[in-house]
Amino acid sequence: MNRTGLLLRLELPSDPEILCVVRSAVMRLTEEMGFSTEECRGLTRAVDEALANIIRHAYHGRPDQPIEVLCRRLQNRTGSEQRAGLEIVLVDHGAAPDRKKLCGRSLDDVRPGGLGIHFIEDAVDVMQYTSHARENRLRLVKYLPNAKRETKVVKGD
Amino acid sequence: MQISTRRFDKTAILDISGDIDLAHSTEVRRLVLSEFREKKTPRVILNLNDVNYIDSSGVASLVEGLKASRDVGSRLILFGLSPIAHEVLQISRLLKMFEIYDTEDLALQA
Repeated sequence: MNRTGLLLRLELPSDPEILCVVRSAVMRLTEEMGFSTEECRGLTRAVDEALANIIRHAYHGRPDQPIEVLCRRLQNRTGSEQRAGLEIVLVDHGAAPDRKKLCGRSLDDVRPGGLGIHFIEDAVDVMQYTSHARENRLRLVKYLPNAKRETKVVKGD
Repeated sequence: MQISTRRFDKTAILDISGDIDLAHSTEVRRLVLSEFREKKTPRVILNLNDVNYIDSSGVASLVEGLKASRDVGSRLILFGLSPIAHEVLQISRLLKMFEIYDTEDLALQA
């Protein structure tokens, strides 16, 4: 994958009050990149839910811990096809998540909670999680509508 | 986020404005559950006209409110859903679980 220019880099505290600011930034960025309104809302929701998970589960609600958000434009040429999209990486230094909880629950089970991962999976083409040396990285990729999509991947290393 | 309450006879209308997200969903949950469990309000209507965003914790609060309403034989009604709020309930496959109306008048007539 050829990673081209960095579009946005945010360093923020794990404070729920800051999430509205990130949502605004991601919404604007995705609009500028040419995603549809529905895709912009989906990507914004995905980043918001991922950050909420970091705040709640990695940092256990502590509001003063560091989170980094990196947004890059993807441009990859494979043969005659060209894929363009957005890569969003969220980095935290909290507790590693339980791998079993990285898959969304069944929606047939109507109960509070457990929807966040489902919202993320619904919005992106690729979701990859890695954890190494007390650094957790969640990588989300969404390809632009006219770009070829790869099979949706949900995995952890 | 701000919440104010209007009361008509056996109905409480909660006017909510702002985002129902991780920072504020607990307040929505607390107020809705209080209406059913403590005030024993027969019908609680949530005005979502001025709600810009609902995240999964907000949806969880609504689901808890719905379950609490059913536990005590009351009703939870929603109206004025923005496209974002509608989309979130649709993705969660919860649209059919809630009583949802377009306007306050229709919600009150229900």
